[in-house]
This record gives sequence, C-alpha cells and structure tokens, in this order.
Amino acid sequence: MMNRAEVCGQDSFPINKHDESSNKSSPVVALVGNPNTGKSTLFNALTGLRQHTGNWPGKTVLKAQGSYTFQGQVYTVIDLPGTYSLKPASPDEAVTRDYLCLNRPQAALVVADATCLERNLNLVLQVMEITSKVVVCVNLMDEAARQGITVHTDRLQTLLGVPVIPTAARNGTGIPELRTTLSQVIHGHLNLIPSTVEYSPVIENAVSVLEPRVKALLGDNINVRWVSLRLLEGDQDIRHILEYYSRKHPTEEAI
Amino acid sequence: MAPVVMEDLFEQARQAVSLQKSEVNDHIVQSLYEKAEQLARQSTDYPTFRSRDWNRVLDDVFTSPLFGLPTMVFLLAAVLWLTISGANVPSRILAGVLFWFQDQLTALCLHLSIPAWVHGFFVLGVYRSLAWVVSVMLPPMAIFFPLFTLLEDAGFLPRVAFNLDSCFKRVGAHGKQALTMCMGFGCNAAGITSCRIIDSPRERLIAALTNNFVPCNGRFPTLIALATIFVGGTALFSFSGIAATAVVTGLIILGVVITLAVSLILSKTVLKGQPSSFTLELPPYRRPKIGEVVVRSILDRTLFVLARAAIIAAPAGGLVWILANTQYADTSVLSFAAAHLDPMAKLMGLDGFILLAFILGLPANEIVFPILIMSYVSGGTLMELDSLAQLKQLLVNHGWTWLTALCVMVFSLCHWPCGTTLLTIRKELNSWKWAGAALLIPTLTGFLLCALINAMAHLLGWA
Repeated sequence: MMNRAEVCGQDSFPINKHDESSNKSSPVVALVGNPNTGKSTLFNALTGLRQHTGNWPGKTVLKAQGSYTFQGQVYTVIDLPGTYSLKPASPDEAVTRDYLCLNRPQAALVVADATCLERNLNLVLQVMEITSKVVVCVNLMDEAARQGITVHTDRLQTLLGVPVIPTAARNGTGIPELRTTLSQVIHGHLNLIPSTVEYSPVIENAVSVLEPRVKALLGDNINVRWVSLRLLEGDQDIRHILEYYSRKHPTEEAI
Repeated sequence: MAPVVMEDLFEQARQAVSLQKSEVNDHIVQSLYEKAEQLARQSTDYPTFRSRDWNRVLDDVFTSPLFGLPTMVFLLAAVLWLTISGANVPSRILAGVLFWFQDQLTALCLHLSIPAWVHGFFVLGVYRSLAWVVSVMLPPMAIFFPLFTLLEDAGFLPRVAFNLDSCFKRVGAHGKQALTMCMGFGCNAAGITSCRIIDSPRERLIAALTNNFVPCNGRFPTLIALATIFVGGTALFSFSGIAATAVVTGLIILGVVITLAVSLILSKTVLKGQPSSFTLELPPYRRPKIGEVVVRSILDRTLFVLARAAIIAAPAGGLVWILANTQYADTSVLSFAAAHLDPMAKLMGLDGFILLAFILGLPANEIVFPILIMSYVSGGTLMELDSLAQLKQLLVNHGWTWLTALCVMVFSLCHWPCGTTLLTIRKELNSWKWAGAALLIPTLTGFLLCALINAMAHLLGWA
C-alpha cells in the first residue's frame, strides 16, 4: 500500500517544463488508457515493479514511475491515471491531457482493452490528435479469446497508421515486442502516418480558418489542429497550455 | 501571451463556426465515435453468440430505475437467508463438539488435580470464549463469504454503486461511497482504505466517517444469532429463517439510511460542498469460477477473519474470567463495572453487562457477544450452552426481551469502530481529530437511536 501523500493525487505530477532536452538520455514512455484495462499490470510487466493492482476501475489514483533497460538504453515509464477521454471530466483526467501536452513524452503507449475495443479506440484517436508518437497496445487478448473475440491487430495497425501490439500483460505475452516497437518509435525508425479523424465540413472549414492563426501564435511545438478544435469547443481549460507554448514561440510580439 | 491576444483567439474561434459550443462538441464527439466504431468493426470479429447482449438484458433489470434497488435488496436477502438457515445446523453441531471437548478438559483437570484458577482461566476463560467464537462465527462466515464473493466476481458491486448513485448525490456525497460500503461489509478497516478511490477529499472524508454504519463480518454473526434467537424463535419453524432474514436485511437497510442521513448532515454542516461527478465503469458480468471462489474466500477471508477473532478472543476470554472472579467491594470487578454502567445502559434499553461487553470488545467486534455470554455465565449458574434455545434461556434469565435484542442489534450497528478501524482512519486521514469524529458520530447515533426506540416502546406500552 502506498502512503497518503502519494494517494492524494493530481498535484503529484510535476509539470516539468524544461525537461525535453535532458530527457534525451532517458526517453519517457507515458502509459495512457481507460480505467481497468490493465495499465498497472502492463506497467509492472514492463518495469518489473510490483505496483499494487486491483480489479476496481479507478484503483490507480496515484502516480507511478518506473524504468527498464532495452538494448543498453534506459527508458522511463510513467503510469498515468485511467481516463476515458482527453476532454477531462475531473481533475485527475486533466492530468493525462496536461502531461501529454506539456511534458511531451517521447512516446505515448495507449493501452486498449481487447474485449471492448470501440470505447478504447475513442481515446486512442484523441491521443493521436495530440502526438504522432503513439504505440497502441491491445491488452487482455487472452480474455478476449476466452470470450470468442478476435482482434486483428495487423488490420488495426494499417487502419490507424501507428504500431499496434497485441499483449496479455498478465502472463507477459507481447512485452518484448512492445519494448522493440517503443524503441523504434522513439528513435524514429518507423515511418508513422497516423490516420486523422475527419470531422463534419462545418468543423473542418473552421479548423482550416483557425490553424494559420494558431500556428503563428504557438509555432510548431504543439499540434495546431488539436488546439484549433479545442478553441472551437470554447475549451477554457487549455488556456495554460496556450500560454506555455506562446511563451516558447518568439514571434508573438510581431503579431 | 497577452490576455487580449488570448481573448481575441477565442473570439475568432467563436466566429469561425456558425454553431453553438455544445453543437461543436456534439459534432466532434460524434465523428470520433463513428471513426472508433468503424475501426473496431473492421478489425474485430465477434462471436455469433454475443455475451454482451446478455449483459444488456441483465443490466436492464439490475440497473433499472424501478427494479434495480429492489432486486439488489432481494439478492442481499437471499444471501442472508441462505446464511441464516444454512448456519443453524452446523453451528449447533460445532457447539456440541467444542463444548463436549470442554467437559473432557475439565475432567482431565480434575483428574490431574490442577488448581481451580488454572482451570478457570484456561478452560472457562480462554477455551470457552474460543469455542464460542468458532461455533458462532465460522458457519455463517463460511456460507456468507463465498456467496458474497460470487456476487462480487459476477460484477454486482459496481451496479450497486450505480443504483445508489442518485441517493448519494442527493445527500452531497460521492457515488463511489457505495463501493466503499460494500468493502465495509467484509471489514470496516478495508472499507476505510478503499475510500481512496474517491478523489475529492471532502467526499472521501464523508465516506470514511460513515463507513462504520455498515455491519462488518465481526458484527454479522451477532446480528444473525440474535435475529435467529429472538425473531426466529417466536415465529413458526418454517418462517423463522425468513423472519430472521427480514430483520437482518432491515438492519442493513437501516445502516444505509443512517449513512445517507449522516452524510447529508455532514455535507450541510462541517463538510460543505457540491458532489463531484465521476465515470463508473460497469464491467461485463462474468460467470465466477465457483471452485476458485469457494476455496479463495474460505482460505483468504473466512479463515483469516476467524484467526484474527480467535487471536483476540483468547486473551479477552482470559481477561473476562479474571474480571469475573476478582472480588472488589463484595462483588466481582466485572459486576462492579457493569453496575456502574447500568443506569446509562438502561436508558438505551440495554444493561450494564451488555455495554461493558461492547467496551471490552473494542479490539474486535467479533468478541462482543462471547464476552457478554461469558460475563453472564460466570456470574453464577453454570449451564450447558450448546443450543440456541439454551442461549435464549440464559439471555431471558438476565431480563432480555425482544426490545433488548433489538437495542443490542441497533447498537451493534451504530457504535464506535473497532480498534483496527480507528487506527486505519487515523492513518488514512492523517488526523486524530477525524479519528475522534469517526468514534463519536456512530456512538452518538447509536445512543440516540437506542434511547429513542426504548422510550417509544415504553411509551406505547409494547414493553
């Protein structure tokens, strides 16, 4: 059992704004996924740590950080709290979005439940709008097989344009492949062409109007399409993200 | 970014699209879902028989606004009925065997001319209370735990939370409090720890402070035994199990009602605030692996809890024997203390020995009833207590009526948490102040309720 200071939660993620260069030596993999998809089990399988896992959705309310070594390089793994969406309904869900936007991990490992892929893909698509460095891990393949469900991960990989790895974290199936793929994605050895969600013409038109303006203000460090979509939604919650990127982008004064 | 620029950006976004914000959101969410659905369809083969449809059918019943709660109450009652009617016979057999063995021990002591106080302390104190704990607790637990674990593994607990969510929201508490209450059924200390699943500190505090209103398995056997003796006894044999079940189920519902009431009071006074919303996943119903559940719940839960109870019951039994056999002011220390508690206890429909048993039972609720029996028995008459009928006779001899039984059951539901739970609260909330509140809130509630029931019954001439 963890102590209370860690349990308390959402503030325990230091939003580390200057770590992008220092992280070069140890790339960061962020674990993202719906609650109860076995993120903690996968985290343990990757890092060899024994974090407490449970069968309640929402058991992991605390931060966990671990690391593993692959081909002589150390990788840091951050286990983010489970979330259904990047449009946060509660503060701990905002943690995941902010971490992806501001800390910009070298890879986002999205864990999906093979037994209810549809709901999980929703989050996958949202993560892919923020970063292209995505690896999808379809977990609980054993459970799906028991229920007679077959997931064609190769087909999904083609459709999504990012690597999709089947795993059964409980017995360690697929973990070596996952490590290999993460390393390839982080070092740019894979040519990723992530598929994008096409919205209705009204939205797409508005996005194309906004994008140049956003780009001028924030530069290329953040996905301008994602920012434009949030602006269209009138999401006041992203102000601190805009603030952060505009400060990094020198051309602001010129506008 | 200058604030003006920021506002300008949001303003531009407003003008870029002719839709309301909520409509934009709907458009975006719809496209996302459609894409996700399309991707899932193209990459997944589902079996022709889809178990998810079964889930739909089951959830239509178990989470329906109309039938949801009644179905849950019915399931709980069914589990309790199986426990009560199933535990009766093995309980009697166990008591028979264990007390027969006590007689053999006594005979052996006499044969070896062992000093009376050694025999008294070890056989009449330690062994007898152990025998009581085992014969009263083991059978109900061995039935209740596997049944409860079956429901848990089948995926019922999140549905209970789902059904109770609106109630908790209305009293300003968190819907997940229902989950922490379910954990409290097993053990309140575990229930307190599980309050971590609630994010908001305010609502976590409410959940922790009210967890004790759910009877843990240390108190269940007491409730079951008393219900069986006093309610079951008056009804016809075939109805006795059902009547006892109704009483225990009613008590649990009372516990839930008190939880809601106390939560409401807390969230209107010292812990003001709005309930936060949350997403609760309803996991698919799964057919539990029955063999595994039975073995695991017997080994992990039943024997674990029994061992804990036994470890505390043994010294407590010895202590009670000493207190009952040490003279002070012309009477035993036990009777002396009980006599001093008597006026207050009488007000609550109890007697001094009962209140003393609750106080001595602070280390663990499991030993309250055994301590009580021990203090009655060691007061004078020696009798064989190997059947519930004789147990009832003992209690009636000490002035018990149905009202006493009811007040004991209510006080068992609402009194201070056991020592382990108090320490857990102190650790989880990191404050002695809140641990004190967790002690006072249920105690005051129990005192008021018992006094009220007692006064009402006397006023109405029922007792």
